[in-house]
Amino acid sequence: MSEAELRKDWMGVLAKADPSSVAVLLDGVGPRPGFTWLRTPEVGAVMVRGRAGGTGAPFNLGEMTVTRCALRLDDGRVGHAYIPGRDKAHAEAAAICDALLQGSDGPRLQAEVIAPLKAEADTARRQEAARAEATKVDFFTMVRGEG
Amino acid sequence: MEARALEGGFADPAIGAALAFRSVLDAMSRPGSIHAVTGANPPAPLGVAAGAVALTLCDHDTPVWLAPSLATREVLDWFAFHTGAPMAARGKARFAFGTWTDTDPVTDFAIGSPEYPDRSATLVIEVPEFGDAYLLTGPGIRNKAQMTVPDPAAFQMNQALFPLGWDAILTCGDRLAGLPRTTIVEG
Repeated sequence: MSEAELRKDWMGVLAKADPSSVAVLLDGVGPRPGFTWLRTPEVGAVMVRGRAGGTGAPFNLGEMTVTRCALRLDDGRVGHAYIPGRDKAHAEAAAICDALLQGSDGPRLQAEVIAPLKAEADTARRQEAARAEATKVDFFTMVRGEG
Repeated sequence: MEARALEGGFADPAIGAALAFRSVLDAMSRPGSIHAVTGANPPAPLGVAAGAVALTLCDHDTPVWLAPSLATREVLDWFAFHTGAPMAARGKARFAFGTWTDTDPVTDFAIGSPEYPDRSATLVIEVPEFGDAYLLTGPGIRNKAQMTVPDPAAFQMNQALFPLGWDAILTCGDRLAGLPRTTIVEG
């Protein structure tokens, strides 16, 4: 994956993760670095657009609450976060992770924060799928006999 | 995006924008009066007051025209990060930033239509200093006010278009003065 794709990946993981998990895992890495706000967390709305079947004309699915922020660590690295909902602490933690992931701490953060969050998301997805699977009805056709 | 472009917004956006809005409102209501506006710290060559006007009034709904002398990578990035305003051609812009010579010919800018006279441009013009060369009269001026304007003939022509016309905000460092389309500049 290119650097931009990697960043897209981890920003998505951080945004979709459970806020308390992000905070716990980030604090597990060590004390949080000092930073200054470039943009304090602010709540806004974004229009979610869809496209039926991937070919139809885009339509507006609905508005979604989003919190964004930007900060700069004392060492100069800049982190951004866009997270669903209005949890400002989540946005702050995600932006710190984004900044840390860009430097020499990157691999460590990947292993100690992003990987566990991905595993957590996978587990949640599998549990959901298993719940759905339990109510699945299989239709099948009996072999039709000749006589 | 360079780090400089990410800095220089209002420290507290709500309070900073409210204070700057009040200054712009006062300046436009009382043409000829000069107001200090602080809090913004845009990259040079954009001035402090012009930057505060941008942070306060520009957003993704207001196309902005930047004079070539201002449109450095840093200033463009600063606008993109802090205001989200799209850049536009002169005729389509709701806000224009530059010096008076940059904006020439000033007739390129939108003056609104009879149905929607508000769909006009606001010119934010950086001047080297505020002088008192010309007499101003009109709404918001009790007796008379004095101000140096870059080109009185252009302002007189614009005033004659009322209710159409563009509005101007003169900026000089961290101070600004308003010259709405209603103000009569006497040569």
